[in-house]
Amino acid sequence: MEKFQILRTTAIPLPIENIDTDQIIPARFLKATSREGFGENLFRDWRYTSEGTPKADFALNNARYGGQILLAGKNFGCGSSREHAAWALYDAGFKAVISSYFADIFRGNALNTGLLPLQVSDEVLQRLLDQVEQNPQTELVVNLPEQTLTVPAWGESIHFDLDPYKKECLINGYDDIDFLVNQKEAIAAYETTRAWAY
Amino acid sequence: MAQTLFDKIWDAHVVKSFGDLSVVYIDKHLIHEVTSPQAFDELTARGLPLFRKDQMLATADHNVPTRNQHLPIEEPLSRSQVNKLTENCEKFDVELYGLGHERQGIVHVIGPELGLTQPGMTIVCGDSHTSTHGAFGAIAFGIGTSQVAQVMASQCLLISKPKRMRIIVDGELHRGVTAKDLPLYIISKLGTGGATGYFVEYAGSAIRGLSMEGRMTLCNMSIEMGARGGMIAPDETTFAYVEGRPYAPQGERWEQALAYWRTLYSEPDATFDSEYHFDAQDIYPMITYGTNPGMGIALNGLIPTEVSSSEAVSFQNSLKYMGFAPGESLLGKEINYVFIGSCTNSRIEDLRTVASYVKGKHKAQNVEAIIVPGSKQVEQQAIAEGLDKVLAEAGFELREPGCSACLAMNEDKIPAGAYCVSTSNRNFEGRQGPGARTLLASPLVAAITAVEGRIVDITQYLN
Repeated sequence: MEKFQILRTTAIPLPIENIDTDQIIPARFLKATSREGFGENLFRDWRYTSEGTPKADFALNNARYGGQILLAGKNFGCGSSREHAAWALYDAGFKAVISSYFADIFRGNALNTGLLPLQVSDEVLQRLLDQVEQNPQTELVVNLPEQTLTVPAWGESIHFDLDPYKKECLINGYDDIDFLVNQKEAIAAYETTRAWAY
Repeated sequence: MAQTLFDKIWDAHVVKSFGDLSVVYIDKHLIHEVTSPQAFDELTARGLPLFRKDQMLATADHNVPTRNQHLPIEEPLSRSQVNKLTENCEKFDVELYGLGHERQGIVHVIGPELGLTQPGMTIVCGDSHTSTHGAFGAIAFGIGTSQVAQVMASQCLLISKPKRMRIIVDGELHRGVTAKDLPLYIISKLGTGGATGYFVEYAGSAIRGLSMEGRMTLCNMSIEMGARGGMIAPDETTFAYVEGRPYAPQGERWEQALAYWRTLYSEPDATFDSEYHFDAQDIYPMITYGTNPGMGIALNGLIPTEVSSSEAVSFQNSLKYMGFAPGESLLGKEINYVFIGSCTNSRIEDLRTVASYVKGKHKAQNVEAIIVPGSKQVEQQAIAEGLDKVLAEAGFELREPGCSACLAMNEDKIPAGAYCVSTSNRNFEGRQGPGARTLLASPLVAAITAVEGRIVDITQYLN
């Protein structure tokens, strides 16, 4: 996993609530057996017509917008547990998603992919959406060690929450496998003490 | 402090805690072809073995065709993914009930029917509908592929404890209201993110009265309101279902298991972080009109006219996609497809419900009706009971088992613009194929819709 420390970039607005993982990456594109290449089909049916022509009115096809942050409506990533959704966003160049609410499994998958799910209040999200829609050149600065989202145009820094362990993992590019494999002795010891083993 | 059912099982599986995070031991790890290949590769890349391969079980379900399963899979990418599962299971020595095996089927159908799913367990799978297994009083939830690799490497996950929610449904269900109507009703009240961050326990007399199949249908859809999982305290109905199944404990071990399982319930004075009460008498046969499972109404209800301002865009997009208008009734709308299947409703009880209604009737000409059993065993049972003939005479096509048109990874797709009344769990845009319009409902509603060819108030069609 790549290290994440400070991200300075513009953002792409997608002010739709309850964006499910079937929209992020439709099931028919889940047939690959590697992690790479899912970005090509990110938001496939919102981004392209059935003939494969880009839909001009979709934010990712709009030349006004660009950047490595996706600004999305509440309850982002609901539905299927497919980690491919996080892979697709990351593969397409996104390093963070800002929303006012993330579905649980997506949040975990994003953190395991090195994609930061950055949660802000409904009010801040709306202000960010308005700001970026009015001025797509607006830069956002995510400082992970400090856990702040700064909007230089506002002269304002907003604190965001993140589990301290997950924060360390992202900053250093560590994942849970290393951690868990190092617990093998404790796990094996636990197995011998179980009152009822299946 | 008095413990909830969830607390009891969680505490029994915590190996170690670090602050808010715990190393939680996983009893059973189910895998399938779509979310496992990258996890196997991860292990290979790191030179790690499977930590407890005997606690894993694999099946092929998401990608498999539902016709001619004895022939090689035609679609090259699906074939390669299913073959990859077989190769990985051989290489890592994991038990596989693959295509053609008498125990093959949808992962959440075969776990319970083989008796692999038992009360008090922790069960995970790289699939959000793993919540199904909670019907047995287990902590069961879906995980991403990175976590699949973690469980492969350590039989554990590093996770924080979710909050606990209890949803109580008391009273007697109306005629024509079946298990599927419960989650469709509850989610229409709570919304698709209403239980995010929570693990749900379902309780109350209406829940107690459900069969195991019905309980699985309910727990299956817990994820559709954002919950990590759903569960129901095990009781005599649970024990009777598990007893005698191939993986169930036997003899003295059965007695030991039973004694432990009888301790698995929420203490009377246990407290929950959130609690909802519903009256069974308020629930009527349900159907969805929009593009998330929370957009549901009673069959004879009306599509809402007002939503919160932040939801306005999603709501408009959704109705536009579905071709419906605010305030409209769905009664009388013509339907093109009926799909009966998926991990929500493809068990033998579901097939019996459909067969019993359509016996001696015929599907409407404008409808294509497909029934995909959840497993090879369900298919064989249906044939043994003669349901295949009843269904065939009614013009329903009984296919071979798999996930099929629930997510349309195989060739079972609903064409763009067509309306499908489906017993599956998700009505997201394009879920059943690009442009497909899905209306979620129970098997009984689906059967009656297939015969009538349009959406009707089913209460007038019941004997």
